[in-house]
Amino acid sequence: MAELNYPLGEHNRADVRSQTGKAADELTVADIRAGTITSADAAVDPDTLRRQAEFAEQGGNPQLADNLRRGAELALFSDDDVLRFYDALRPGRSSVAELQTIAAELEAGGGVRCAALVHEAITHYTRRGLIS
Amino acid sequence: MEPAEGTSRRSAFFETRAISRDVVVPEYPELGLIAFDSPNDPKPSVRVEDGRIVEIDGRSEADFDLIDAFLATHGINPMVAEEAMALDDIAFARMLCSHDVPRTEILRLVEGMTPAKVSRILGLLSPLELMQAMAKMRARRTPSIQAHVTNRIDHPLLIAADAASAVALGFRELETTVPVLRDAPLVALALLIGSQVPAPGALTQCSVEEKTELELGMRGLTTYAETVSVYGTEQVFLDGDDTPWSKALLASSYASRGLKMRFTSGSGAEVLMGAAEGKSMLYLEARCVAITRAAGSQGTQNGGIDGINVTGSVPNGMREILAENVMATLYGLESCTGNDTQMSASDIRRTAHTLPLLLAGSDFLFSGFGSIPSYDNTFGASNFNAEDIDDYMMVQRDWGFEGVLRSQGDDTLLPLRRRAAEACRAVLDELDLMTFDDAELERVVTAHGSLDVAEHQTDETARAGDAIIEREITAVDVVRALSIRGFELEAERVLEMTRQRLFGDHLQTSAIFAEDMSVLSALTDPNDYAGPGTGYRPSSARLEEMARVRQERSHVELLAEQAPHSGCVVLTETGPAAVRPRPDEVVVGISPAFGVDVWLTLSGLTVGEALRQILAGIEEEGVHARVVRVTHSLDLGMIGWTAANLSGSGVALGIQGKGTALIHRADLPTLANLELLSMAPLIDASRYRLMGRNAARHARGEKPSPVLLPESGEPMGPRYHAKVVALINRESQCLRAGTPQEIEVTWPS
Repeated sequence: MAELNYPLGEHNRADVRSQTGKAADELTVADIRAGTITSADAAVDPDTLRRQAEFAEQGGNPQLADNLRRGAELALFSDDDVLRFYDALRPGRSSVAELQTIAAELEAGGGVRCAALVHEAITHYTRRGLIS
Repeated sequence: MEPAEGTSRRSAFFETRAISRDVVVPEYPELGLIAFDSPNDPKPSVRVEDGRIVEIDGRSEADFDLIDAFLATHGINPMVAEEAMALDDIAFARMLCSHDVPRTEILRLVEGMTPAKVSRILGLLSPLELMQAMAKMRARRTPSIQAHVTNRIDHPLLIAADAASAVALGFRELETTVPVLRDAPLVALALLIGSQVPAPGALTQCSVEEKTELELGMRGLTTYAETVSVYGTEQVFLDGDDTPWSKALLASSYASRGLKMRFTSGSGAEVLMGAAEGKSMLYLEARCVAITRAAGSQGTQNGGIDGINVTGSVPNGMREILAENVMATLYGLESCTGNDTQMSASDIRRTAHTLPLLLAGSDFLFSGFGSIPSYDNTFGASNFNAEDIDDYMMVQRDWGFEGVLRSQGDDTLLPLRRRAAEACRAVLDELDLMTFDDAELERVVTAHGSLDVAEHQTDETARAGDAIIEREITAVDVVRALSIRGFELEAERVLEMTRQRLFGDHLQTSAIFAEDMSVLSALTDPNDYAGPGTGYRPSSARLEEMARVRQERSHVELLAEQAPHSGCVVLTETGPAAVRPRPDEVVVGISPAFGVDVWLTLSGLTVGEALRQILAGIEEEGVHARVVRVTHSLDLGMIGWTAANLSGSGVALGIQGKGTALIHRADLPTLANLELLSMAPLIDASRYRLMGRNAARHARGEKPSPVLLPESGEPMGPRYHAKVVALINRESQCLRAGTPQEIEVTWPS
């Protein structure tokens, strides 16, 4: 594997792959017209986001790095799941039990950091009387 | 009408001024109507136990609200907190403005500070010091700018054409929104297409409810998001239908799809939502910005935003707004610095709000310059709008600051607008969403705003929006449709925006795509300002571009109107001028280029007509008129005085080619006069005639009432002085030594 340097699009255009294994330049207009390329081929790979997290950390922003690592976890979940997780965390949407289910679901799909975020939310939502 | 008892006409006049429509209020801390330092703001404090933050600004762990709790866990760095909080406020304020303290050292220390500490320090800075801090602390070296692209009827072709215009002008982020939520997918799609027509890489967003906005991004119909709002009190945060944790997960959701995102906050919001807890605006904003950083957003849009008019209503409100913008940079965030809501009915006041930030620079000078007319701005009018674009270009030219925009003429814009409208029409047709006839497309291409296109909105836009959602249309479908209809360049550019998601380079702080698709971010283009000679400076090519505004005229252009009037009078020199040949005369002294190289006065009269009126006026009074040319000076006082010394009556009338005229007398000092009409653009034929008559009356020893210019509040300088300089240059080229020449005047038949 080639060394990945920021910006990846400049230094590693051919090395970076989508979740379906496509390089950027394999996403062509011709293939889109032929129907052999779909939106799924344009999904960012979690490892790419983790590499971006390292760049963010080197740039002095560990919180942005955390966010990109949580993003890497969510990258493997469907659009519907991601929208559902977000909605569940909004005020008044879920019970403690429902949030615990979501945390478990995240964990099962490799979303350890996101699950930790949900557990934190449960703690503080409960403490502040938002949920029971 | 007589003024009311005890009032002046001046007061009544003030009431007619635009500024009188602005209503401001005294400070009212209980409601949060206070910019800095509310008596209810907490004293800065922090306590660290076992590497954990257990107290923030006087509140201990058990009492943390959701914001405190999130900051304690994700925000404030316990390794730096004690060092940072022990710093003297003034000492740190000085570090912010010092060229000797690097940006990175400030960022390191702010990581350990609490909101009360940061807001208190920023409250110590004067406007100039805030500007200095802004220049040093913003993340990206190269400033950029965002546009609002909306219209009141959600017309998709107009959105596409206006997006193309915006990118041609230099905007690199385009934000739209919709009055009808169902229109959002259609408008987002149109914006995406139009944004890629003039150049690749402009980012687009559609500001709607959080979840819908994310869905549009997931489909690739938008390429970034900004309406991710956070608030400074727990109550308002919850009323905004989120918590710090849901917002953090939302931020990660965007990252997971390779989408750029920033949070939004801004003072006044908590006041508007009735739960500011009596805190100052800057303190609450410090909580917002701290949450933004803690949740991992790469940047923030702040500086009033929807609450700008609340902040604007209290004393020091605009200094607070600039302090908010600086605050974002102290947390290492991309600063997208407001100026996106009209904050006053007064042009002077709204400009005064924006100018300091423009001069200091930021990552995005506007988080929505209204690129469309104010009436089409469905966010509400921005602080600067399409109506103000030329003014903005001129201010940019005046100061040479990087305002990011460039002037474009119709020769550039019309083909781009046509291409964008046609591409959008083709895609909507190919996807069976909507159709438009040629006449409507033509109206879009040449439109100033939606009133030039259609009066009313039909239900078609909403149905097209629904269809995009139901049929799960994505950017890939847009690429296909563009290609099928022959818009290959646009297909490739829209696809490239999709490809960029694989890299995620634009998820880093302050990232934008330049027009060559290179990434400018805090990592590739870090701000390195450290005083004179450092940091971003416009290149000489860029300064040239800034200088080319629509109102610029070369001397050749300014003088082009002269030649067609050449020969309107024939002035023949017959030899040295006679000296006082008869007592009953007025001499008319003309300037070196009068009727030689200068043929049209500033009022639009020919020099021949001006001279004819003057001579007629003198003769009407029964006085003899004689014309001489003064060749050794172009100064009007000297021309008049020289002529007066040749005049048998001692009275003369002097006139320059540009039309400025005076009456002089031989016994007066050169620079004195009897009457002067200095505003040449206002001198019409009747006034030249009256000048002639008055000169004759002076010659007879009478004291006539002086000729008055018409009342005018229009400043003459900015309109005419470029031309004055060009005309004076012509006078100067006709200067020659020697005595005045007698002139024989003849009129072409």
